Amino acid sequence: MDARLTPEQAALRQAAARLADTLGPHSVLALADSERVVQLEQAITGSGWRSLRSDGAGGVEIALVAEELARGLVDVPFLGPVLADALRPAGPGLTLAVGPTAIDARGATRALALDGTRLLTAPLGPPADGVDLTRVAAPLAGPYEPAGEISAAHATRWQALAISVTAAEMVGAARGAHALAVGYARVREQYGATIGSYQAVAHLLAESLALIEGSESILRYAAWAVDELRPAEAIRSARIAKVYCAQAARTVCETAIQVHGGIGNTWECLAHLFLRRVLACAETFPVRLEEIEVGLP
Amino acid sequence: MDYRDSPEEAQFRSRLREWLATHSREFALSGDEYWARYGQWHQALYGAGFFGLSWPREYGGQELPPVYDVILDEELAAAGAPPRPSLGYLVTGLGHHGSKELCQRFLPGLISGGERWCQGFSEPGAGSDLAALATTAVRDGDAYVVCGQKIWTSYSDVADWCLLLARTDPSAPRHKGISAFVISMHQPGIRQRPLRMISGISTEFGQVTFDEARVPAANLVGAPGDGWKLAMTVVAHEREPSTLGFTARYGKTVAALAAGLPGEPGTGRTVPAELAWAHVQTQMLYAHVRRRLSEQLDGQTHGPEGSLDKLLMTWTEQAVGHAALAVTGTGDPHGLEAYLYSRAQSVMGGTSQIQKNIIAGRILGLGG
Repeated sequence: MDARLTPEQAALRQAAARLADTLGPHSVLALADSERVVQLEQAITGSGWRSLRSDGAGGVEIALVAEELARGLVDVPFLGPVLADALRPAGPGLTLAVGPTAIDARGATRALALDGTRLLTAPLGPPADGVDLTRVAAPLAGPYEPAGEISAAHATRWQALAISVTAAEMVGAARGAHALAVGYARVREQYGATIGSYQAVAHLLAESLALIEGSESILRYAAWAVDELRPAEAIRSARIAKVYCAQAARTVCETAIQVHGGIGNTWECLAHLFLRRVLACAETFPVRLEEIEVGLP
Repeated sequence: MDYRDSPEEAQFRSRLREWLATHSREFALSGDEYWARYGQWHQALYGAGFFGLSWPREYGGQELPPVYDVILDEELAAAGAPPRPSLGYLVTGLGHHGSKELCQRFLPGLISGGERWCQGFSEPGAGSDLAALATTAVRDGDAYVVCGQKIWTSYSDVADWCLLLARTDPSAPRHKGISAFVISMHQPGIRQRPLRMISGISTEFGQVTFDEARVPAANLVGAPGDGWKLAMTVVAHEREPSTLGFTARYGKTVAALAAGLPGEPGTGRTVPAELAWAHVQTQMLYAHVRRRLSEQLDGQTHGPEGSLDKLLMTWTEQAVGHAALAVTGTGDPHGLEAYLYSRAQSVMGGTSQIQKNIIAGRILGLGG
């Protein structure tokens, strides 16, 4: 039994973190910096991470990249293309659709979807505003057309992957929000002392870190299970991870807003970008607590 | 990365399972009956080669990687056996800070269960603020004379030895004047009073009065004034769910509660939200302990991170307690006991508030 990342996995994580730290938006204003977005798009394209699955990567690797990119609020597509590629190796311009919407559509022209074991594609319309300011959704511009079939096991493992990777995004966003709030609590002064020196604030941030660590642990197991356990167990692990991470990440982001006080409730503070990404990920391949079955062997 | 057993681990697991098949039901799982036979359980487990797995061979351990403890905990829970004795913090405290002679004299008996131990740290006036302890040890020839009171001393009534913190230098700054001793519990200067807990159990915790009890100077652990260092080692290990081995027991409680629900699992039956949440938390802790123990394979020892683990364990145990209440109600004595006992988890081994202070100050750098 060994739950450690391999050196290759740790290096992949570091590379994704570096890219996100360098080219992710460091302010809300930077979302509109088209030069930055072009550079980021080139860097992600160059990394080859959108085709991680068809290049043989496992759930753990994909989850690590998703987590780090979300931590840095990376605002060019990864989730949509990487999940589409995991259904069927695909070239540029293709993203993933769930129901009537492509979830990650910046620069995409077509979307791939899974219905049971059937693959479907459809053209995309113009992007629409959504809750997540770092990711563009788009409605379909035409009806779905058949695009092949995958095995039931492939479909179930893919579901587990999709649920795990959206959970990974939430953990990453929570980490980003928490780092922002801790940084603020170290410098913001009230009553002549930094607010982080008060237990009322410090304890909130300590709880957040425990939630993040618990999330990391349950997520890693689920991401490993995608490839290594039987499909039914893989999906069960993914669902449990998603429920935990969704609850934890939302709490961590809400705490980050609270620690920022009035500023945290303004559009200019990055905190709500993390929260919005968490909310969007919770609604993508959602899992409700009521769906968690207890007592299975 | 592989969460599955290695061939060696699988072999160990199956040997253990076989032994448990014949011996697990001989011992009670909880309550006063469990505590009454705790010593026999310890010796049986050790005698069969399933205890002290990761501790030094020299003192009776097996020097196996710490992940073997997870296998032990899982199989104990699955077999309906009592949890393994929680002694890791004593073994580590004595092992790290005691002299070679002291370790050779005391660790084998501690690990094998041949001698029973308790820990004399907390006092009526020194709970979270442990450095406020007022028990004194005054040098008298070859010995020290101990006066004072200890509280929350688990198994004090059956203990042969106590790892005791006492103030040896009242004039030193308060963290520096504390020393640690191994003191015999079999002597006239010691009086005991059991504490009855909110769950009704009365054999776990005691209050101990030292009234001119004596301890040889040779039983000093480390040098005079080194007591605080030892205390910090001990409490850091006391916090770790991986050391405590409760995780699998929470899973067992969740499974038992689920077994009492109407309908078959996997058929979309209604599961109370509290139970589903306890299940999610338990699965989190299961994965978390594996991650932490795996990190120890790199020789990473835990500092303040243990406080994160303790919080996660506390939230899990208390979620399981709420689930017990939701499923069985207060009418079921086992459910009620599980719930009431869970309230102590956010206090024992350092309160949740103290853990948050440690996380904020030492990990997040939010000191005042």
